[in-house]
Amino acid sequence: MDGLIFDIAHLLAGGLVLVSFMMLYQDRLYALLNVYALHALVLALSVAWQAFAQDAPHLYVTALIALVFKAIIIPVALHRMIARLGIHREIETVVGIGPTMLAGMGLVALSMVVMLRVTAAADPMAREDLAFALAVVLLGLLMMVTRRNAVSQVVGFMSLENGLVLAATGARGMPLVVEISVAFSILIALIVIGIMLFRIRERFDTVDVHALDRFRGERR
Amino acid sequence: MISVAVLLSGVAVLLAAAVAAIALKHSPSVTRVIYGATLIVSLAIAATALHHLVSAAAAPSLIALPLGLPWVGAHFRLDALSSFFLFVVGSGSAASSLYGLGHGLHEKAPRRVLPFFPAFLAGMMLVILADDAFTFLLSWEFMSLASWALVMAHHHDRDNARAGYVYLVMASFGTLALILAFGLLAGAGGGYDFASIRAAEHTPHLDALVLALVLLGAGSKAGLVPLHVWLPLAHPAAPSHVSALMSGVMTKVAVYGFVRLIFDLLGEPTWWAGMIVLILGGITSVLGVLYALMQHDLKRLLAYHTVENIGIIFIGLGLALAFQANGMNWAAALALTAALFHVFNHALFKSLLFFGAGAVLAATGERDMERLGGLIHRMPYTSIAFLVGCVAISALPPLNGFVSEWLTFQAILQSPELPQWGLKIMVPAVGAMLALSAALAAACFVKAFGITFLGRARSSAAETAEEVDRFSLAAMFAFAGLCLLAGILPGFVIDGLAPVTQSLVTGRMPVQTEIPWFSIVPIAESRSSYNGLLVFVFIAISATLAVLAIHRFASHAVRRAPAWDCGWPDPSPETQYTAASFAQPIRRVYATYAFRAKETVEMPAPGDRRPAQLVVRLQDLVWDYLYEPIAGVVGLAAGRLNELQFLTIRRYLGLVFLALVSLLTVIALWT
Repeated sequence: MDGLIFDIAHLLAGGLVLVSFMMLYQDRLYALLNVYALHALVLALSVAWQAFAQDAPHLYVTALIALVFKAIIIPVALHRMIARLGIHREIETVVGIGPTMLAGMGLVALSMVVMLRVTAAADPMAREDLAFALAVVLLGLLMMVTRRNAVSQVVGFMSLENGLVLAATGARGMPLVVEISVAFSILIALIVIGIMLFRIRERFDTVDVHALDRFRGERR
Repeated sequence: MISVAVLLSGVAVLLAAAVAAIALKHSPSVTRVIYGATLIVSLAIAATALHHLVSAAAAPSLIALPLGLPWVGAHFRLDALSSFFLFVVGSGSAASSLYGLGHGLHEKAPRRVLPFFPAFLAGMMLVILADDAFTFLLSWEFMSLASWALVMAHHHDRDNARAGYVYLVMASFGTLALILAFGLLAGAGGGYDFASIRAAEHTPHLDALVLALVLLGAGSKAGLVPLHVWLPLAHPAAPSHVSALMSGVMTKVAVYGFVRLIFDLLGEPTWWAGMIVLILGGITSVLGVLYALMQHDLKRLLAYHTVENIGIIFIGLGLALAFQANGMNWAAALALTAALFHVFNHALFKSLLFFGAGAVLAATGERDMERLGGLIHRMPYTSIAFLVGCVAISALPPLNGFVSEWLTFQAILQSPELPQWGLKIMVPAVGAMLALSAALAAACFVKAFGITFLGRARSSAAETAEEVDRFSLAAMFAFAGLCLLAGILPGFVIDGLAPVTQSLVTGRMPVQTEIPWFSIVPIAESRSSYNGLLVFVFIAISATLAVLAIHRFASHAVRRAPAWDCGWPDPSPETQYTAASFAQPIRRVYATYAFRAKETVEMPAPGDRRPAQLVVRLQDLVWDYLYEPIAGVVGLAAGRLNELQFLTIRRYLGLVFLALVSLLTVIALWT
């Protein structure tokens, strides 16, 4: 039984990394949002499985929060935002897909090496979980760096946060209050970012952050 | 427990006085109130510290307050070492407050001095009482900032503003080095109270690094060459009684920091640590006195002399380290006693000399010796006290400076018994440097006293000077008296220091007060002994007899003859011997290399009625070849890094990302 529990947890966490990779090569915004919803879904499943495995009922609440906010509300909100901004047809490629994927693989390898060595004494399930979580965080950051559109940067940030939640649930003893407050702060961040996006758009007629740089008169 | 509680409440009163100085700023008597309060509190603190040092055989007295960092708190401790230094700080502060009672009335901007003066005193005392790294560093920085505010009291003067800037940079740098040193000492476990640092094991590599960092941190505050550059700028810029505190007392707090960290917390020293400290001390003492000889500004000359004396103290400390590393605890105790005795002495005579310089400044408004002269007629009491200070700092018997330098030489003479050849060769060389600096110091103070107080007045301000007030004179004479007492009865000081050496190097000098006739015997009667009282009595009796003989047997007939022309060819005081001319031979011998001194004579062409000019150019090599390049590199780096303020959002994100990935890579490769 223990082996099965471990395997399923491993599968779900690994699935999260896989979905992160999928996000890296989505160059259309709607597709990106759909993959993000999938990402949040896998996270919710993974957290729920951790709740079962660790016998920690409050993690079910976390899973529910992840499901409701991250897999439903945030993607829908961003969907509407994109529709209202009228940028659903935009295609953005800053760095080619090939190099991005290669960099992503390097990051995953790095996080494995770091985490598995550092946490040698820890429980194997938490170790795997932490290693995958670090990989998800790094991939989210990579996405923020390689994208130019403000919306996809927001999505990158959200997926980074998913990685943090994964890490937090993998390590035992994360209080529910912290979890809930993190979820709400992410929601508020989304609202703020949304408002910012519309303001940027009002002023510059685009949400390409490159326009901001041009406005500041900087060379690139 | 009780003594440390008393001391801490004294410190609290000082801090309250700092606040009161702001609240009472419109009251006309605020100067008297504040300096009176600091005088009483300082005396009480000095008395408590002395009592603890003498009576309780210096059993440590501890207290922990729930202040500062949570779960760490603030630990305070009073042991033999801290009570000795607290006595030095307390007595220096008391004299400085007494002097301030009179001198402070001349202050043009009392609001810029009064609140910071008690705060500065409180900071120094807290550094000495601190028993954990956090409290120590916080108090250290508090002391630095309070003294910086005092340096900037007359900030309209451009030179002072620059001095304040250099001081602030050097003080921050020193604190940074100390933070790193404490971090290394506490180790990964993070036990930041001194008890756990003391108990921890340290590896030799760590020892070397900590020594280097402490030399940078405490050395920059004390004024070790080449970290001394801020000192001659900042010390003279402050009001005179604060200069006395900074030079006489604050540098001692830095020495305390060094002793506490290296002797107490770091544990067993290695012989090369002693060698490094010894060489630095030797270089500091010689260069300090050479710098001082080139100065014509009275207060700056005194500040450079502080550098020299710090060098002498560090020679003693280095010897103590070297002896202790070789298990020669009796010799280590001798060297450490010499160093600490010099700490005490220097606090006395340097404060006294700064008080004198401040009196001259208050009476004439001049610091430049070339515009003074003849003050012995106008300010007889000040000049007597200043003369005592000069004799003491020049290490002439029977005053106290001689005793501590003599003890240092006694320690140097034990060097042939050291096993390492490096030390066997180096210690006598440093001894020669010490002898050289002592001789040059005497020359320097002949110049300082002679040009300032003897001869004829070189300016109208000096001609019309008035004697200073009684409070200032009382402070000066109190310290002059202490200089004499410590000089003729040194056995009491040495015995007072025994608990300190006992706790630091587990050895002590022989008991001195039981030796008849107040002699002191560092090791054994057969090797060397000194009796200050005898020298004093001999000098007193022979001088009195000589005076009597001259008055009794010399001819009373008045003879009139033309004055010796070479002495007074011209009634103008410009023709007198000047400070520059006094220093010229020494400048030619030493400064040609040490400071690249160049003399050029600008001779006007025939027919031109301009006077000829002699121009001397000195180059400060430390400044030009160490600080200028560092400042250049920092400026260049700042210019380059400035571009980081104007990057695009994605590049900032990229920087964060790269930083994270590279740190993770480091972890991956390291573990």
